[in-house]
Amino acid sequence: MKKLINDPERVVQEALEGIAAAHADRLRVQVDPHMIVRADAPVQGKVAVLSGGGSGHEPMHGGFVGPGMLDAACPGAVFTSPTPDQMLEATKAVDGGAGVLHIVKNYTGDVLNFETAEDLAKGEGIEVESVLIDDDVAVEDSTYTAGRRGVGGTVLAEKIVGAAAEEGRPLAEVAELCRKVNAEVRSMGMALTSCVVPHAGSPTFDLGEREMEIGIGIHGEPGRKRSELRPADEIVAMLVEPILRDLPFESGDRVIAFVNGMGGTPLIELYIVYRRLVQLLDAAGIQVARNLVGPFITSLEMAGCSITLLRADDEIIRLWDAPVNTPALRWGA
Amino acid sequence: MAVATGDAVRWVELSAEVMVAEREHLTKLDSAIGDADHGANMSRGFQAAAEKLSTAPPAEPAAVFKSVGMTLLSKVGGAGGPLYGSFFMKLAEPVGGIEELGPEQWAAALRAGVDGVRARGKADPGDKTMVDALLPALEALEAAVAEGASLRDALERSAAAAEQGARATVPLVARKGRASYLGERSAGHQDPGATSSHLLLKAAAEAWG
Repeated sequence: MKKLINDPERVVQEALEGIAAAHADRLRVQVDPHMIVRADAPVQGKVAVLSGGGSGHEPMHGGFVGPGMLDAACPGAVFTSPTPDQMLEATKAVDGGAGVLHIVKNYTGDVLNFETAEDLAKGEGIEVESVLIDDDVAVEDSTYTAGRRGVGGTVLAEKIVGAAAEEGRPLAEVAELCRKVNAEVRSMGMALTSCVVPHAGSPTFDLGEREMEIGIGIHGEPGRKRSELRPADEIVAMLVEPILRDLPFESGDRVIAFVNGMGGTPLIELYIVYRRLVQLLDAAGIQVARNLVGPFITSLEMAGCSITLLRADDEIIRLWDAPVNTPALRWGA
Repeated sequence: MAVATGDAVRWVELSAEVMVAEREHLTKLDSAIGDADHGANMSRGFQAAAEKLSTAPPAEPAAVFKSVGMTLLSKVGGAGGPLYGSFFMKLAEPVGGIEELGPEQWAAALRAGVDGVRARGKADPGDKTMVDALLPALEALEAAVAEGASLRDALERSAAAAEQGARATVPLVARKGRASYLGERSAGHQDPGATSSHLLLKAAAEAWG
């Protein structure tokens, strides 16, 4: 294992110290239990939006904390869901009296821990709603699995829902919007190489020099199939076709198109992917209303990418365009 | 022999030692079909649980279980934290106020614990989860108790059934948890959760045997 770290046990702690030092103007980082909250939290009268998950996916979620997006993020250990005690503390820290929305990616650990936290917070008299994100079309047979995973759609949901909360909308509406985004978004990813979890010290899975994994999850969970490496244009088609078929997206739809890097793939390659994505969407009569290209929901040093498409109406596009001021996403502010 | 407060604490301490010693093994099993965090979570969780017991010694076995449950539930994360947290919280329920647990009481506690895990994780036998070790262990324990076996014998039979149950997860295809994403490819690997459940019941047999 070759990593730019000091001690595998202190990776999350030291990264949080770095985030605190880099973004003290916008964020407050608490060490025990771990949480990242907006510097001006709690914002009175505003629904607070909270998310969390295992670390190793940076900038998600901590990099999305700030006006127009998340009020708080709870980072767990690497690839391990955070714990109810930190979710409860973060919920209390950001509740401005209008309730708190928990955005939860659909993984067994995340769901179990967020359920416990929701119970604890309600027990303390805080209004909480939880919405699950499960946009990964790579998981085909959700009857015999833990269900579809929450992946790239989470980033889009957090931006859009954060903007709605910033407008002062009530909790029920903000939660409903989050469910709507989840219903309209689909993703699929692929990997060229494995990631290495710091405390494990060796690759999570083995991929040969000429192999790739189509449908990979963001923790190195396998997807639909392992196959021979193909040129980028063919890989994009392998990702886009199942996404389009699943919703299904249709000619005349407008979308927010998101090409995400898994952590080890350079931007130059992501643009090659985006180029082909636009060609395929054009051919299908689908209009790209907005786009996002870059590493926003990563899997440590894994090389690969994911594609996310969100069918967008005027409301979603307006909320996407609304000002956001976070370490990882910033416009209009 | 019955399980007094000190014995319950000893079980937790021994479990912490075992989880630390087996950390690499659990990590390896979890790397094969999960996300490589089970060894780290179990050793961190049980060390924290044992430490809390040493700073705030409880008055009865049920209080030991409850303390461990709270620690695992609130501080471990992953799926193992809430599931083992629920397991220990539920162990406490049928045996509140009892100072020394005999075989029948331990069987009632384990029944509640296993039911708690099943309710929380919604896993059935054969889904390739903790339940595949816990349920046979419970059934072996109840059978032994019904035959009037000593606590020691009952615990040993229970631990042996857990081991067999964990081994029997090897050919199974996972239907719950992160391993379920592997589909058919999850077959051929022993489930890390079933393995840690066996370790826990083996530690009970050693601590109380």
